[in-house]
Amino acid sequence: MQVFEATTAPRDGGGHGGPASAGRRRFVQVLLGGGLLASAASFIYPVLRFLVPPAATDLGGDTVVAGRVGELKPNTGKIFRFGSRPGLLILGADGEYRAMSATCTHLSCTVQYRGDLKQVWCACHNGIYDLAGRNIAGPPPRPLELFDVHVQGEEIVVRRKREA
Amino acid sequence: MSPFVLVKNWLDERFGWAELTKPLRKKTVPMHRLSYWYFLGGITLFLFMIQVCTGILLLLYYRASANEAFESVQYITTQVQFGWLVRSIHSWSANLMILTAFAHMFSVLFLKAYRKPRELTWITGAVLLLLAMGFGFSGYLLPWNTLAFFATKVGTEVAGQVPVIGKWIVIFLRGGEEVTGATLTRFFGFHVAVLPGITTLLLAIHVLLVQKFGISVPPSVEEQWKRDPSAAREMKFFPNFALREMFAWYIALGVLGALAALAPWGLGTKADPFAAAPAGIKPEWYFLFMFQTLKLIPAKIWFIDGELLGVLGFGLAGAIWVLLPFLDRKTWNLGRAFITGFGVFALAYIATMTMYGYVAK
Repeated sequence: MQVFEATTAPRDGGGHGGPASAGRRRFVQVLLGGGLLASAASFIYPVLRFLVPPAATDLGGDTVVAGRVGELKPNTGKIFRFGSRPGLLILGADGEYRAMSATCTHLSCTVQYRGDLKQVWCACHNGIYDLAGRNIAGPPPRPLELFDVHVQGEEIVVRRKREA
Repeated sequence: MSPFVLVKNWLDERFGWAELTKPLRKKTVPMHRLSYWYFLGGITLFLFMIQVCTGILLLLYYRASANEAFESVQYITTQVQFGWLVRSIHSWSANLMILTAFAHMFSVLFLKAYRKPRELTWITGAVLLLLAMGFGFSGYLLPWNTLAFFATKVGTEVAGQVPVIGKWIVIFLRGGEEVTGATLTRFFGFHVAVLPGITTLLLAIHVLLVQKFGISVPPSVEEQWKRDPSAAREMKFFPNFALREMFAWYIALGVLGALAALAPWGLGTKADPFAAAPAGIKPEWYFLFMFQTLKLIPAKIWFIDGELLGVLGFGLAGAIWVLLPFLDRKTWNLGRAFITGFGVFALAYIATMTMYGYVAK
């Protein structure tokens, strides 16, 4: 039985085994290799783009209704939705509303208001913030972002502070 | 030393790489005028690999619940970069894979490649085709659109015609009495876990069997070679045939890319379990010949239920199909003629009924 092997010798039978043939071979190799590389790139590029999730469409506005007057008892707090992130609304013992981001600056747990401490506390790693959002104990590296609070009629409106 | 050689030597020292790959280097492929048919199995395998890759990509965004499935597919096709392309490739590749699997099977039948000792290769192949159709059926429901919803309703209802255990099969498939979100969860599980697991295992066995027995030479060529041994030709599998196979894959990829880009797969409307079925509900084309047959059978033949007769008929035909290699025996000359006849009839029947089903209202 005759077995055909891969051959490296030119098979055109014309005796073009010289440098011209080597040049042609190189040309074909570059063409083939370049084509395959281009194909690979055209597969990988869409896949990479596919892997990147589209930006969330609902970023939320700069303003949100965080609650209603009378909903909170003094010295308590509640979590509200600010866009796709949680916010913390506090009615202090002094009767003043305060609002801040509820995402701990340490490792992004959601913080809570502790009436017994009169402080904002993160349960994950015992981080503590004061009512102005300043990180005063534990691992948090930065203060919480503070929001403006306005009472408009029955609604408690929270607004992101404008960058000065 | 080039890095390739270094890695090769490293592997060779530890695992005996040269020894491991020896069968692959010794493997040859018979060369004759019908050799082109040998590419079909490989192309099917290639399309299956594409299914695995694009399926994994889709899994990153797909949500399997009645409330979110349709929206998540909509999100993939409209929001995710190239999401429409990935989904379109997944759908087109699924259809092409069934097509090439069918073509592969019929070519194996007509070239008599199922003969001893390759009976098990045939049987694993037939089961793989069934699994591929299971993939198609379960995957069809996942976008949770109207067409898919009713196709699943009808398809699972047909399974209910199986005597004795039919009712149980329907409840097992649907995850309850009706097609609901529970069905979607189940089909999702079948589609991404159960079927891939079984298929991968069977595929490995199938390919190992091909490796073990080598590639079959059709009887007509075999006889010719026996008469004139100098006419026999072989090609080394690696790299000669493998490179040709790669070329075939590349063409398949080109066809797939063109279809997916020029005819992106649609999504339809979200399924509403309490809406009437729209006109022109049809299953995927590879189920159409069965669907059309069931439509043509009268409700009652003598005293037997028409549907039941159809389901039993297809069950019987399927069983004969799987066992065909055992009818081909040297001692029974009629066997081979019967198999060819059966194959031609099946091909003609499937083609006619599919076309009929396509144009029928």
